[in-house]
Amino acid sequence: MKSDSWKPWALLAPSMSAVFLLLVIPVCFVIVYSFWLRAPSGADIPAFQFGNYAKFFEDFFYPKILIRTIRIAFETVFLCVVMGYIPAYFFYRSTTRYKQVFLLLIMLPFWVSFIIRTMSWINIMGDTGLINHFLLKIGLIETPISMLYNEFTVLMGLIMYLLPFMVLNIYVSLEGIDKSLLEAARCMGCTEWQAFREVTLPLSLPGVSAGCLLVFVLTAGTYLPPMILGGPGNDMIANLIFKRVIGTLDWPFGSAISVILLSLLFAIVWTYNRYLGINQIFKSFQGD
Amino acid sequence: MRQFSLGWSLIRLYTILVYVFMFTPIVVVIVLSFNPKQFGIFPMEGASLRWFIKLAQNDSIIGAFQNSLILGSLTAIISTSIGILAAMAFIRFEFPGKNTLNTLLLSPIMIPEVVLGVALLLFLRWLQQPKSFALLLIGHVVLTLPYVLLIVQARLVGIRKEYEEAAKSLGANAFQTFREITFPLLLPAILAGALFSFTISFDDITATLFWATAQNQTVPVKIFSMLRNSISPEINALGAVMIVLTVTTPLLAGYLSRKFSKFKP
Repeated sequence: MKSDSWKPWALLAPSMSAVFLLLVIPVCFVIVYSFWLRAPSGADIPAFQFGNYAKFFEDFFYPKILIRTIRIAFETVFLCVVMGYIPAYFFYRSTTRYKQVFLLLIMLPFWVSFIIRTMSWINIMGDTGLINHFLLKIGLIETPISMLYNEFTVLMGLIMYLLPFMVLNIYVSLEGIDKSLLEAARCMGCTEWQAFREVTLPLSLPGVSAGCLLVFVLTAGTYLPPMILGGPGNDMIANLIFKRVIGTLDWPFGSAISVILLSLLFAIVWTYNRYLGINQIFKSFQGD
Repeated sequence: MRQFSLGWSLIRLYTILVYVFMFTPIVVVIVLSFNPKQFGIFPMEGASLRWFIKLAQNDSIIGAFQNSLILGSLTAIISTSIGILAAMAFIRFEFPGKNTLNTLLLSPIMIPEVVLGVALLLFLRWLQQPKSFALLLIGHVVLTLPYVLLIVQARLVGIRKEYEEAAKSLGANAFQTFREITFPLLLPAILAGALFSFTISFDDITATLFWATAQNQTVPVKIFSMLRNSISPEINALGAVMIVLTVTTPLLAGYLSRKFSKFKP
């Protein structure tokens, strides 16, 4: 069927041109712009120089934000694994007829806008929010505790955003485990805990690591929780990009920071793919 | 007896606590939207529809809703159409560079939305075009395309090629085969993909904030700009409307598609 060889290309043409025109070329523009100069008047001057990158690394101000971003991303990954594994395991082993409902429920936050999920924490942790109201009512405190606008609230916002991704990834890999392996382990005299430790846990690790990568990448690229739930000292690298591009219209420097963020994520995704393979990530989105 | 063991009870308790953590903030938004007070959050002083009425009278919010609905629908239509074509190419044909191209089309999932936002805006600036509704639309298509592709591909793999071949051997041309065989079998995935891209577009804030203007606001952007002052019952009311809309639509669609689906390959 040699005459068919043009067909896939015709089918691919619309989506390929969309991605090329709207993603590949624009990202190339970001890279090119990161070498440009910004005139004092605010105009961008085509150039090839590393001044924007030098500016980023010239003192500790920007690198500190980069390091903070990486640290917060690791913290979020850790918290998502801790909070997400057990529920995923629960769905996997649960035999109740409400299992589908439980699963649907954990997906529901996906359907609620990120901005609403983020701002909803103000209702909970604000000075007149749920927690303070409750503590005042039972008389544990006399004046409201100020809980908002720090790294903790930023983490809460991030977990609210990313936990479903983690649960889903872990659940998908747990569902993929051949249940006869567990039965075999039990037959050989393993206790429930041993069977989990020796069979289930190792076999679910691909899902855990896929979830970790996804959560890391998404955390490192987000600016909303620090912007809404964080204080001045909680900015992450995406906040920096937002401020440079939307705030001060400093396109060359904003582009350079974007390239730095992209390189960081690329290095992480590349390393991950090299050793673990990237395809597991996409499985969780395919559903059934 | 596993279901009654101590360990299992702890697992169940832990899961319930995680649910409480995830859902309390969302439920509280809905509850507080009935709060008649102007300032502060708790305690609630009764319940009223005051803020919903105020929302309905606010032209800029109605405008944002219209924008969001049109944008989401167009995004869903475009993304799903070109996504189906691409999925057909990847699943039904063999060609050089297939895996690389597939990864390329899925790559927007792994590229931070901030960078997408900056990149597209920069490109537009270079073309000397102002921000417009079209920018939001093409941006949202790029954002949602990978999800449609994943969903449709997954379903298409499960549809046996023999059905299509049978139709062709009976004399149907490529378009007829698609219309009579592939499309009906693919319909659940198409609907799921369309819904998914609608909600992603409807809910998106990170990239949209780069692309939106005062004339082309979406509801999340509106919420963002209202939050500049402080949280208010009005924002909670708007949030509640959004939650109800974006949560019930997929549930309803899922229910309807299960009820009416006649095709179970």
